[in-house]
Formats: sequence, structure tokens, C-alpha cells
Amino acid sequence: MIALLIRDLRLAFRAGGGFGLGLAFFLIVTVLVPFSVGPQADLLSSIAPGVLWLGALLACLLSLDRLLALDYEDGTLDLLVTAPLPLEAALSIKALAHWLTTGLPLVIAAPVLGVLLNLPANGFGWVVVSLALGTPALSVIGTFGAALTVGIKRGGLLMSLLVLPLYVPTLIFGAEAARRGAAGLDGTTPLLMLAGITFGTIALMPFASAAVLRMGLR
Amino acid sequence: MSIWQYANPVKFLALSSRVQPYLWAAAVICVTTGLLWGFFGTPDDARQGSTVKIIYLHVPAALMAINAWFMMLIASLIWLVRRHHVSALAAKAAAPVGIVMTLIALVTGAIWGQPMWGTWWAWDPRLTSFLILFLFYLGYIALWEAIEDPDTAADLTSVLCLVGSVFAILSRYAVQFWNQGLHQGTSVPVATGGRTVADVFFYPLLVSMVGFGLLFLALVIYRTGTEIRLRRAAAMRARTGRGA
Repeated sequence: MIALLIRDLRLAFRAGGGFGLGLAFFLIVTVLVPFSVGPQADLLSSIAPGVLWLGALLACLLSLDRLLALDYEDGTLDLLVTAPLPLEAALSIKALAHWLTTGLPLVIAAPVLGVLLNLPANGFGWVVVSLALGTPALSVIGTFGAALTVGIKRGGLLMSLLVLPLYVPTLIFGAEAARRGAAGLDGTTPLLMLAGITFGTIALMPFASAAVLRMGLR
Repeated sequence: MSIWQYANPVKFLALSSRVQPYLWAAAVICVTTGLLWGFFGTPDDARQGSTVKIIYLHVPAALMAINAWFMMLIASLIWLVRRHHVSALAAKAAAPVGIVMTLIALVTGAIWGQPMWGTWWAWDPRLTSFLILFLFYLGYIALWEAIEDPDTAADLTSVLCLVGSVFAILSRYAVQFWNQGLHQGTSVPVATGGRTVADVFFYPLLVSMVGFGLLFLALVIYRTGTEIRLRRAAAMRARTGRGA
């Protein structure tokens, strides 16, 4: 399992691995938002938590394409399916690798971009905590979407269509926690709901992902 | 004799061709009676005027939009557990009907909302849930269309339906948490037995709801039969080696 994790991380960091793709996308989205809605500081600070969450979600979605498709093309996936390691574990590891290369950098970058968006001072902690809690769910759900569409040529658009509705609860609770925190309110309730979704999906989604991957590769 | 004998496509087709005329007749009679009675046979509401009459389209369509998904969920479960092809095809056949019902509910709701709420659309929990349901239907249908092998497609869409149901329920509670609604409570609460609609509006509504249910059933059975015949035609082409 650790070998697989190291392999995935190494592939992601090497040239052409797509590390930084999500991060760059996140940066561009947040930089473009003030150009499109105008530079008013109060407007920006009220939408900043939502923009950061939306940017993080889209950046995650963008990098899902590579999660299983490359392994499918070069045959690694067939080896993983027949390997003694349970497929559920292999997919959990791949989701973890995806989170380490996409979700974690986003969490770290969010406060910096929050400054650009005039995020209120008490919102930083909430944004970072809610993103840190929520992005693992995005990776795990995304793995399910990637497993569902792995055998389909040009499945990227289809995967977005399938994954986006599944992201709705995570986005609602995550952005709500960040928004309440930034507005100076108590965001504990949505944060707890978000944690529930994250841990629930981490526990259950790998089984669904492995099931659909076995069906798709049969 | 059990219900599972109709998992045999031949028996299913025989039964469906026998009940279909009655089903269609009953559906057409109920829908036309319900709608005509509702549109022309009931007085205008004291406050809403004639706009109240859209309820005869809106409520039954919304009801069937949700029930269609439930039916797909059950059919998907049957396919995953017992591998009856008719079940998978019935789920496939129900999806486009369900998405049309969802669209009808959304559009009639918007038409009613414009004079009554002063807006075509509000990010109200019920409206938002229906929009999300619409997206789920869209993804489900798109996945069916994208996969060539029919059995793989049936497997993957079934799992998507199961996972999607869980997330649809989650979304429903999430949006309720996220925004308090503009939409009125349910008009016909089944659990409590009470209702907030006066009898004069309620009976045509009931007829219309029954009619939409029958219409859904008739459409799904008809479309399932079509899918079975399509599958047979494909098998025949494969046997004679003439390709698709």
C-alpha cells in the first residue's frame, strides 16, 4: 500500500504529472473573480469564502481526469485489480494520493488567496479548517466518478456531470461553515455535518468505487 | 406462480401487451378528467385567482418525478441482486419519463411562481432539490448512453442510482439547512392524513395524481417492451452477422 502511495506521489510530482495543475487553476479562478464582479472590498469579502470553496471544488474536479485514466491506459489498473491487495484499499490509497497532491495544496494556498479576496480576518481559520475537512470527501467522491467512467472514451465531461451533483452536500456544508465563520457567526454545526459527510464517504465510497471499477473492467 | 416469472422477457411482453390497452385507457381517462375538471370545473381561488389551477399539473408531475427515481432505485436493486434483464431495462425506460416529469414540475412551478411570488426562480430548498434531482437524472441517462456493453451499462448505472439516491437525500437535507424556504408545505401529507387543500380542489387533484401514476406506469411498460425488442433485434443482427 505504501509502495503504491509513493508511486502515485512520485508520478504526480514528476514533470507532466499534473501536480500544480489544480493549484494553478485555483489561483486563476480566484484572481479572475475580482475582474468579473468588480473590485469593491465589501462585496469581495462577502463572497470570498464561497469563491474559495468553489475554486477548490473545480480544481479538484479538473484533476480527477488523471486519477485513473492514465493507469487505465498503461495497464496498471488491470494489475491493481488482479493484485492481492484489495481493490478497495488500492482505491483508498489513490484517493489519498489525489488529496495529498491536489486537496492539501489547495488548503495551504487558500489563506494566501483569501488575502487577495479581502477575506475578513476571522474567516481564515474557518476557511482552512472547512477546506481541510471537506477536500478529502471531494477526492473520495471523485474517485467514484473516475471509476465509473474509466472505460469510456472522452469521459471527462460525463464524469463532471456525474460528480457535480454528488459534490452538492459537501459544497453546501463546507461553504456554509466558511461563510458563517467569515461573517463572525458560529459555524460549528455545518462544520460537524461536513465532518460527518467526509468520514462517511471515506468509510463507504471506496467499496462503491471498487465495485464499479470491477464491473467496468470486466 | 410468483412475480418473478415476469422477469422472463417473453412472459413480460405477453402480460404487458395484454394490460397495456386498459392501462392506457385508464391513464388517458384519468388525466383528461382530472385536468379538464380542474381547469374548467373548479372555481378560482379567493387569493390566487386562476393561477391555482396549475396545481393539477404541478403536484402530480412532482410526485411522479420522485416516484420514478424510487422505481429506478428498486429496479436497480433487483438487477444487482437477481440479474433480471427486464428489471435493468425498466430502470432505463423510466429515466427519460422521470426527467420529463421533473422538467414539468420545474417549469409549471416557475410559471406559477412569477405572478404569486414575483419571481421565476428562488433558491428555495424544494426548488433546489428538484434541480439537483434533474441533474441526477441527466447524469444517469448520459451514463446509459455512454457505455456500449449493455450489461456493464446496467451494472454501472445501477450503482450510480444507489449512490445517487444516498447523495440526493443528503442534498435534500443540506439545502433545507442552507436556506429556509419560500415554497408552501406539502398539500397532501400522506403521513398525517390531513390536508390543506379544500375538497373542491382536492378531488380533481386526486384524479389527476392517479392519472399521472397510471400514465407513468403505461409509459414505462411500453418503453420497457421497446427496449426488450431492441435488444432482441441487436441479438438477431449479431447472429446473422450483419453488424449494427
